[in-house]
Amino acid sequence: MFKWRTDDFSWVDFTIDVLRVIIVLGVVIGAWNTLSSGRISLAQWVNLFAAGLSQGSIYALIALGYTLVYGILLMINFAHGEVFMAGAFSTVFLAEALNRTGFLNAQPLLAILLMIAFAGLVSMSVAILLERIAYRPLRGSPRLVPLITAIGASFFLQYTFRGLYGSGFKAYPGVNALQGAIEIGGISIPVVQVFVFCAAIFLMLCLYWLVERTRVGKAMRAVSENKEVARLMGIDIDWVIMFTFGVGGFLAGSAGVINGLFRPQGVNFYMGFIPGIKAFTAAVLGGIGNIPGAMLGGLFLGVIEAIGPNLVLAGLGIPGANQLKDVIAFTMLVLVLIFRPQGILGERLSETKA
Amino acid sequence: MKRLCLVFTVLGLLVVFSVPAFAQDGCMDALGCVEIASDDPVVIGAMLSVSGATSFYGEDSLGGIELAISGRDGMLLGREITLVVEDSLCSAEGGQAAAQRIAADETIVGAIGTTCSGAAQGAMPIISEAGMVMISSSNTSPSLTNDDTEAGGTYMPGYFRTAHNDLFQGAMGAQFAVEVLKAGAVATIHDGDPYTEGLAVVMANTFAGLGGDVVFQGAVSKGDTDMSAILTEIAASAPDVVYLPVFVPESEFLVSQAANTPGLEDAVMMTADGSFSATFAQNTGAAAVGVAMTGPHVSGDAYSAFLDLWAEEQPGGTDAPPSGFHAHAYDAANILMDAVEAVAEEADDGTVLVGRQALRDAIAAVENYDGLTGSLTCQDESPYAGDCATGTALAVFEITEPQVNDGEWPPPIVWDLSMSMAMSEG
Repeated sequence: MFKWRTDDFSWVDFTIDVLRVIIVLGVVIGAWNTLSSGRISLAQWVNLFAAGLSQGSIYALIALGYTLVYGILLMINFAHGEVFMAGAFSTVFLAEALNRTGFLNAQPLLAILLMIAFAGLVSMSVAILLERIAYRPLRGSPRLVPLITAIGASFFLQYTFRGLYGSGFKAYPGVNALQGAIEIGGISIPVVQVFVFCAAIFLMLCLYWLVERTRVGKAMRAVSENKEVARLMGIDIDWVIMFTFGVGGFLAGSAGVINGLFRPQGVNFYMGFIPGIKAFTAAVLGGIGNIPGAMLGGLFLGVIEAIGPNLVLAGLGIPGANQLKDVIAFTMLVLVLIFRPQGILGERLSETKA
Repeated sequence: MKRLCLVFTVLGLLVVFSVPAFAQDGCMDALGCVEIASDDPVVIGAMLSVSGATSFYGEDSLGGIELAISGRDGMLLGREITLVVEDSLCSAEGGQAAAQRIAADETIVGAIGTTCSGAAQGAMPIISEAGMVMISSSNTSPSLTNDDTEAGGTYMPGYFRTAHNDLFQGAMGAQFAVEVLKAGAVATIHDGDPYTEGLAVVMANTFAGLGGDVVFQGAVSKGDTDMSAILTEIAASAPDVVYLPVFVPESEFLVSQAANTPGLEDAVMMTADGSFSATFAQNTGAAAVGVAMTGPHVSGDAYSAFLDLWAEEQPGGTDAPPSGFHAHAYDAANILMDAVEAVAEEADDGTVLVGRQALRDAIAAVENYDGLTGSLTCQDESPYAGDCATGTALAVFEITEPQVNDGEWPPPIVWDLSMSMAMSEG
């Protein structure tokens, strides 16, 4: 680890090592100060952790869309946050209707499945159209071109949906069956958080099964390995790429509904921007292009965000620690890029695929 | 060579002929005049947040301005009115960019805006140095009308507003918490915006001055959805009142998640006009019942007529104003247009000259103006320099079931200045 001790001394390694020591010291001192002050009880820490896991599982679902597309096209689909917004924003109207008729509280599971299916379909269509109209014509052009297009597409989608549904904020209705909390050994965890976590994990397992155990999954892996050879094997590459966008879109749409159950407010045309960036961070954190990596990165980011400000920043005596939640998230991104550019579970994609 | 000569000749002729235009012989104003030729429209600028997450505030004000213009049949000084809308976003950079475009357009007589106090900080120096006026319908940060730079003041001449100064609103929140809620401990949350931060600070200082304890002062960021970390920390300091003058949707997330935070069951949530919209109660759901909010209290027959007109003309395609500053924008636009009318001087050739300094003076001289938002008097002394609202159009509202379930708005008023004992000193 400490390369600068050997004969080939390098200032870069030295600086990075100093940075490492400072960060570890800061985290240890901050955590020690907070924990020894006893300001926050064990039950409260568990609550924060549980909320972080739920938030993280939503990040993970969105992050999968980034990672699937990157794995197959080596391109960052920066409009993916807007694909999430499309599903979440459209389904809020369905949720309101289901709530008005009483169906939502009479058959909560069925209603939620219906909402997830609807949101998934909307987001899937948006993602597929995006691929067909904005990205396919640019395939084979320099990598910066689709990236800029993605940013443009992101604005286009935002303002299209503002035109469709207006600029005000909406909220998902509350589901009675998800109110209340589960008591485990004196610690209460809200039912909705347990549901959100389980639903997200279930969807991720489905995806894993799809990619690893089915024919189309095999085709996706083949295309991501080598497009030309896959084409020679008789795989319809355009179709597989469209399918991949569709799957990523479906996951983002369902994340929109799950997010709506967990944090009902704040539904508007701009809601995809921050989750999109956070999910991108999660994908890079886990190792972009790597499916279990995106899941792990999402959960990790959610938990760090929930616990970090109170544990480390407040312990270091930084004022307004909670305002710096995003700073923690993006500092993690920078640190990963410095110390482990391939991400937690990532392979060196740049070498194997470029 | 011949061609070059020709070009120079033409250029020279142009300069010679345009000298009278620059000299403006008719204009005696210290800051120059806006010259409107006989067949040109009167151009009014607007710097509003019309894109991004805060766009509905901008659309709210824009609707008010459009109704003020259509209230005059779109005519001023016998000419058509043209409205130029620039997007000032909700940031200093956005305000700066919008102000540069407004200032570069010599036909604009004055501007309404900005939407956010942060944007005003970027826009004000440019508008002021260009000799123009800006009247904001929704800036409420105290620093904007304070000229003491050491105290964080940023006032520059040419700035006016019809929105109330947060020195009124924050103090009112504190008085309500002490006198009505009998609160002894308060926690405040802002989101880093000068508006919310100023409000939180004024509230905390007034509260402490009235003998209360400020037990927590913290902040969230715009775009946060998970408030569990800050709410856990607030619960640890056990306040009676949590004052969260932030915008929607952060206030919605805070209030709904506070209801599920152990230790905050009995604390009263208080918010301010950044959350003053019908959707706040509906989106927050059951947790919103009992939330107290300070906000613009506009009422009366003129205002009802205004709302009817809005429903009829539907500016921006909405049946009802999306937020609470449309009436302030209506008053701001009318004050500007009245002032333009008062100072305009018509020359023999039909050209109208509007003196820039004269326009500023005319707005500053507004006294007991009978607007939708009550009686307006523009002041010129810091910390109220440019403040036209007197703070009387404010009240404390409390959200009840009908606001949450049926979308009734506004909520019932539980307190206003006439009920206050301490306001006479403030």
